[in-house]
Amino acid sequence: MANTNSSKIAPEWNYSPAPENTHHIRLEKKYQLFINNEWVAPSSKKYFPTTNPATEEVLAEIAWANDADVDKAVKAARKAYREVWSKLSGAEKGRYIYRIARMMQERAREFAVIESLDSGKPIRESRDVDIPLACNHFFYYAGWADKLEYASPAKNPESLGVAGQIIPWNFPLLMAAWKIAPALAAGNTVVLKPAETTSLTALKLAEIIQDAGLPAGVVNIVTGHGDTGAAIVNHPDVDKIAFTGSTNVGKIIQRAIIGTRKKSTLELGGKSANIIFDDAPIDQAVEGIVNGIFFNQGHVCCAGSRLFVQENVAERVIQKLKSRMESLYVGDPLDKNTDIGAINSKEQLQTIQKYIRIGKEEGAEIYQSGCTLPSKGYFCRPTLFTGVSQSHVIAQEEIFGPVLTIQTFRTLDEVIQKANNSPYGLAAGVWTDKGSRIFNLTTKLRAGVVWANTYNKFDPVSPFGGYKESGFGREGGIHGLSAYLK
Amino acid sequence: MRKSFDPTTMLSHITVDKVGVEERVARFQTRSIKSESKLQGLKMVLNMIDLTTLEGKDTPGKVQQMCYKAQHLHDVHPGLPCVAAVCVYPSMVGTAKKALSNSSVKIASVSTAFPSGQSTREIKISDTKFAADEGADEIDMVISRGKFLAGEHSFVFDEIAAIKEACGKARLKVILETGELSTLDNVRLASDIAIHAGADFIKTSTGKIQPAATMQVTYTMLMAIKDYFDKTGIMVGMKPAGGISTSKLALHNLVMVKEVLGNAWLSNDWFRFGASSLANDVLMQIIKTETGLYQSTDYFSID
Repeated sequence: MANTNSSKIAPEWNYSPAPENTHHIRLEKKYQLFINNEWVAPSSKKYFPTTNPATEEVLAEIAWANDADVDKAVKAARKAYREVWSKLSGAEKGRYIYRIARMMQERAREFAVIESLDSGKPIRESRDVDIPLACNHFFYYAGWADKLEYASPAKNPESLGVAGQIIPWNFPLLMAAWKIAPALAAGNTVVLKPAETTSLTALKLAEIIQDAGLPAGVVNIVTGHGDTGAAIVNHPDVDKIAFTGSTNVGKIIQRAIIGTRKKSTLELGGKSANIIFDDAPIDQAVEGIVNGIFFNQGHVCCAGSRLFVQENVAERVIQKLKSRMESLYVGDPLDKNTDIGAINSKEQLQTIQKYIRIGKEEGAEIYQSGCTLPSKGYFCRPTLFTGVSQSHVIAQEEIFGPVLTIQTFRTLDEVIQKANNSPYGLAAGVWTDKGSRIFNLTTKLRAGVVWANTYNKFDPVSPFGGYKESGFGREGGIHGLSAYLK
Repeated sequence: MRKSFDPTTMLSHITVDKVGVEERVARFQTRSIKSESKLQGLKMVLNMIDLTTLEGKDTPGKVQQMCYKAQHLHDVHPGLPCVAAVCVYPSMVGTAKKALSNSSVKIASVSTAFPSGQSTREIKISDTKFAADEGADEIDMVISRGKFLAGEHSFVFDEIAAIKEACGKARLKVILETGELSTLDNVRLASDIAIHAGADFIKTSTGKIQPAATMQVTYTMLMAIKDYFDKTGIMVGMKPAGGISTSKLALHNLVMVKEVLGNAWLSNDWFRFGASSLANDVLMQIIKTETGLYQSTDYFSID
């Protein structure tokens, strides 16, 4: 008998769970401070837990460094700078940095899984974006180590000394790479503090630094909370502060280092405009909007959180955007099919929920995708607000979550004015089929990065940084070196 | 016949960015289809195949054998669906009709001076009528690419509408031959023209020109179907043809259909694969999924 030709074999076809394997990762129960290539207990004797935001389970205990611990780390870095690192040739320094890059690449899978466990970001992103980019930063700056005289017009570039580096929780390993790689290539030694909710991959990087045989004290990693960061900023023997994080903390740091010899680069918040013109490739622009605001749960300083759509296509764009939001998978960060993972911490989830409440109170119209959220862990539905004006709080303040505000515009001048009408100036996106309009806008928008017909694209070769309250100094590319040279 | 097509007023704003499309397609390809969803997906793929032979050397014997295979994909393994249709030249429709007399497998016939479409409208219409009279359930026509590229969009629209009329009860699939259209902007415009002119399905390729059914092209066409559905509530089917020969690629296509158009399109009423060698790869994967072992190709019939 012939088989039947049923046209209704599968009324519903859904993806089975596809969780990434976690058996291959090695995590300690307790992590010490990494000073002088050794694991040392904190003199504070204090530890704090780091949790998996998707399950609220504790992953490990992390040492909490106090002033004395930071002093020990800075002393180690100073000694390494004076006696070893500043005396090595560029080629020799480059060799160490290449080695770190290669070893990271070899352990990319372990890094990706730990990053997703600790930060809540989907494994697809940590595997395809965070870890490869972090490796590429080391590879890229390794190449500069013996070519510094070609990097600056001064011709005799000199390193600064000890760099104190404080990084955020949104791209834990990637931000460590952004900070450490150029500092080492330019000949400095480092004391780095990861964010308190996401210390694990920086500590795994410390293991690689140890295995790579980097001279003791060249890279020191001190974990802790805000007070640990403050100890680095206020330490008299630190030559340079590199900070990525909130504008508020950035301001505190600037006040603290006024009148000292410390150089600084600050990469702070943003409220970036993503601008859609009526001649844009609309379907690709919708993808760009999604990628701009929902990438990494919206925990992106350059997130395209303010959407400006030209009036005559606004209805179509918003309808398409809503429909696209329904096909986003929110859930287990370790599932390979998850598009949006967990919010990094309970505190951050509360902040996002506060802004969603404010948006409603301000009278903006809310739309959230209808997905079901896991019962445990910190999750937030992809959210957008329409009917938003410039004077709404949700259009002014950085939410740092999957929350988009949408405004419409009629003319080019109007959108330039509105896009620039913000204390921030980190990034912008422009979607149009007209090349001339793109170049016109790149000169008019007060933003450190302007993407054309794409969003959230990063490359080690390309400089990144802000205007106004988004900070100063550039990271990445040849510009990123000058932040670590005199 | 539907109203003549005026692209300047209808579709003035639709542009497609190739880089963005490539990025979106890459996302579908990272979807991980495992265990039950894989098995279910593979069976759906089998049921969506238009088993095809379109060669000058086709013989009635070959078509008969293919028709048997269409109904008995792998009898040693019970519980498998049959394919959606067989796809043949008009001269072979009668043979296929006889071979499939007691079956629900449909007969699709190419027409309109397939594959080049280089003929007069009269001949294309009579070609179509002949196939329909012989018993074809579906007609796969080709558009006049030369006219399209020359900017004569109304000509293309009118021709499709005329063929649709000649089809009678048969469902019309319109082949854009995207490998000759050169840009995704053109693919999008041709999709819109075909849909508005009355296509029941739009189809990428004849299988005679490379590249054929790339995911980028299929995605662009799916978006045209989506926009039309959002505007009118009318469903149009999609058939990528040529170049899809592995289970993995077929599953990625299903992922794309699901995420762009939704589950409603995941049946052979609305989605087909035009392929000759895909079925056996899918069968091999199904056996592998269920037994954990790959069998040699010698265990799968090649009709």
